[in-house]
Amino acid sequence: MTALLTLTVLVLVAIAIWQMTKIFELSQLKAEQTEVATDSDNKYNGYLLFGFLIFIYGITIFSFAKYTKVLLPEASSAHGSEYDQLMWVSFAIIFFVQTITQALLHYFGYKYRGKKGKKALFFADNDRLEFIWTIIPVIVLAGLILWGLYTWTNIMDVNDEDDPLIVELYAQQFNWTARYGGEDNVLGDASVRLIDINRANVLGLDESDPNAADDVIVKELHLPVGRKVNFMMRSQDVLHSAYMPHFRAQMNCVPGMITQFSFTPTVTTEEIRLNPDVVDKVKRTNALRAEWAAEGRPDSDPWEFDYVLLCNKICGKSHYNMQMKIIVETEEEFNKWLAEQTTFKQTVMSDDTEQVSVTEEAEEVDISTEVAEAVVEE
Amino acid sequence: MSVTAHAPAHVDDHAHDDHGHHHHKETFITKYIFSQDHKMIAKQYLITGLIMGFIGIAMSLLFRMQLAWPGESFPIFEALLGKWAPDGVMDADIYLALVTIHGTIMVFFVLTAGLSGTFSNLLIPLQIGARDMASGFLNMLSYWMFFLSSVIMVISLFVEAGPAAAGWTIYPPLSALPMAQPGSGAGMTLWLVSMAIFIASSLLGSLNYIVTVINLRTKGMSMTRLPLTIWAFFVTAVIGVISFPVLLSAALLLIMDRSFGTSFFLSDIFIQGEVLHYQGGSPVLFEHLFWFLGHPEVYIVLLPALGITSEVMSTNARKPIFGYRAMVASILAIAFLSTIVWGHHMFISGMNPFLGSVFTFTTLLIAIPSAVKAFNYITTLWKGNLQLNPAMLFSIGLVSTFITGGLTGIILGDSTLDINVHDTYFVVAHFHLVMGISALYGLFAGVYHWFPKMFQGRMMNKNLGYVHFWITAICAYGVFFPMHFVGMAGVPRRYYQNTAFPMFDELTNVQVLMTVFALVAGLAQLVFVYNFIRSIFYGKRGPQNPWSSNTLEWTAPQKHFHGNWEGEIPHVYRWAYDYSKTYENGEYIIPGQDFVPQNTPLQENEEELNH
Repeated sequence: MTALLTLTVLVLVAIAIWQMTKIFELSQLKAEQTEVATDSDNKYNGYLLFGFLIFIYGITIFSFAKYTKVLLPEASSAHGSEYDQLMWVSFAIIFFVQTITQALLHYFGYKYRGKKGKKALFFADNDRLEFIWTIIPVIVLAGLILWGLYTWTNIMDVNDEDDPLIVELYAQQFNWTARYGGEDNVLGDASVRLIDINRANVLGLDESDPNAADDVIVKELHLPVGRKVNFMMRSQDVLHSAYMPHFRAQMNCVPGMITQFSFTPTVTTEEIRLNPDVVDKVKRTNALRAEWAAEGRPDSDPWEFDYVLLCNKICGKSHYNMQMKIIVETEEEFNKWLAEQTTFKQTVMSDDTEQVSVTEEAEEVDISTEVAEAVVEE
Repeated sequence: MSVTAHAPAHVDDHAHDDHGHHHHKETFITKYIFSQDHKMIAKQYLITGLIMGFIGIAMSLLFRMQLAWPGESFPIFEALLGKWAPDGVMDADIYLALVTIHGTIMVFFVLTAGLSGTFSNLLIPLQIGARDMASGFLNMLSYWMFFLSSVIMVISLFVEAGPAAAGWTIYPPLSALPMAQPGSGAGMTLWLVSMAIFIASSLLGSLNYIVTVINLRTKGMSMTRLPLTIWAFFVTAVIGVISFPVLLSAALLLIMDRSFGTSFFLSDIFIQGEVLHYQGGSPVLFEHLFWFLGHPEVYIVLLPALGITSEVMSTNARKPIFGYRAMVASILAIAFLSTIVWGHHMFISGMNPFLGSVFTFTTLLIAIPSAVKAFNYITTLWKGNLQLNPAMLFSIGLVSTFITGGLTGIILGDSTLDINVHDTYFVVAHFHLVMGISALYGLFAGVYHWFPKMFQGRMMNKNLGYVHFWITAICAYGVFFPMHFVGMAGVPRRYYQNTAFPMFDELTNVQVLMTVFALVAGLAQLVFVYNFIRSIFYGKRGPQNPWSSNTLEWTAPQKHFHGNWEGEIPHVYRWAYDYSKTYENGEYIIPGQDFVPQNTPLQENEEELNH
């Protein structure tokens, strides 16, 4: 049925185009027969160029009015506010230049549309003009470059000052794992060559390394507010990218090396849920999800806002659903939570099957492996 | 056998028949298939490029539908994708494959070969006053290798496990390990073979262009009198020769890793329950090699489009291009800078942040020559007598999208700001506007403008051209302007659907809006296809120089023959932009005519401006 409908639409469009050319051709019988623009072509297209300028402004205003609210809420990390500031200044500059240059371009197209007998101005060169529009971008860009580089150097300086929390982000097709250093805040050595799924050593920790014993491996990322976090990132199979948009943070996870990123969360999950922008967003989203639920769409339960870690480097079939929840909480809540987790030593050394987080993960690995095998066999 | 430019034998050749400068009879095969005539090769490039473009754009429409209506069943999916769309629902693997092949086809096959291959071949000999390329045989070889690589790429769509699906950037290990993704099996092998042949084809073509421009210019055609089209094609070829071999080396090393067990790009991999033997390689190395071509590639795509725009805009504005020397200087500056900015694709790849600083610096520098070009185009329009032919509209459209898309480059080129918009739809919007749409507009401008040159005086229907332009122009903004907001909301690219994240739910209607615009834009291209095919056979024949243009190609007869000009090759006495040039008393140099072709000697009392 839909195919028939599509076909009909296509046929109708084809007929419409055919008829349109016919009309154009007939209407031009009296005029001279030429495929070169005439004065009337210039006139109509000149007006259309002016109209197009209005369209560009229109779609800009429409987009800003309608879509500004869907953008990310203000940054929840210390460097994020600086990031946002630089972003908005850059945007202001872009917006200013865009408005003026588009206006000139299209207005000139309209104003100087051709007429028979009109004389164009022979204007081939003007050193002063060219100097002006070379030097202005130079100055503006110099400013942006300096500011950008200053911020960049600060953000990318991953160091051990201020007693940072050390967290490993471990990526694999298609899920994330986090590892904390435990009591000593030091991560034990690890290598993919030490992975032993039967013993639930899924991250390949070195069991002989004393630092590894108290490491905590989890599937939900908890961060204490106000404390610097140094992320050490690994991947076991292909490239992934740890993208935490609310914190203006992203770094690729590369098999064979450890990459780093560092930031200080400044807003707890509880606080961000009270942010007016977020409250509105949740309200809008849940209204939408209620509609979908009424239509019988699955997975349309009401949503509660949470920070999230996404994979942002193409990594295969389920790339679109490789995520981990992030919870930012107070130092006390965090410490309490961490103390409740099982350590690596407890997991590997005992046969207790109730250690939910790790066994779950082992199963997931099996499943993804089976899927991959099945796909290859196909 | 190539015909040399200054062969004195041709001077007396006035009396020959339509077959022109041929000393032997042409068969169907030598004329239409294995032709060594640059004009025929240009048409072969164009038509192959357009067919590939049709496939590439159709793919984008399919995955746009999936994005707007995730998981919905469409009969067209089932019809076109077969087993990859069970019950009409698109599979996640084929989504990635479509995205990958769309990117590959559009960047390499349409906008590199289809654009530069077509117009470099057509215009270099005609505009510099040469009888053909330096080597007609290499030129023919270049086309047929391109054709072969296109065929292999299309064949790869039909392999059992599906075509390459690791993104057009084919980063390993995803692209190296068949167990990571079904598309990384035979599909990826064919992709690599196809690209290796493509690169060889591109190098043969580029070397030919460079040699031709340097050696075969007619008398009087100094480098500073070259039309900007030729400058653009020339510099494009130089960038291609510098950077394409690096991609070839990356592809070869990847083939080694895939098939011969080396570890150039792979290390420490645990997949499907076992550790692989690879040790010591780095995917980051591949990224460096890939983008060493990948970024100049953007300018390989864009510069020819800008060159075409310069020529079309000046001709139709009836004004000289503003700041010829600045235009040439900015082409050269862009070409130089383009080879030292590749790292801005890798700010967060794990490379040393200090490198990121260096690349931010060089990247933002490239905005300066780009800005100069944009301002010069705008000034070219000022006080002109604009002939708004379809080609002119596409050129103005190009400047518009070049500005809109280029400005957001200031954000992406800034390593700090890149952190949060990297690999989101913000990037997709940026590069589609600044290089995708702009270069396509350049391609269309070229086709409308030089159609009479390619098809022996026949012209395309202008009204269909107007319909084509206006629908495309509106839809291009309709698709890619809102896309910036999707990106700034944090939506990553290459997601099969965004339903796994409730935070993206309210963006669904933006996706629908963009898809509807994309579908309409796709339909509008059918108008072009219809116009193109119809005009080849039934287009009205215009005068020899329909746009009243100064450049040499319009002094050649409409009828095609190998050698371009009967008799002597025209000599050149001036630059290409003496439009509306007057004496001090306000009279045109040639009375009653607002243009002075390049082969017109300087008139008495006329001052040659020092451009």
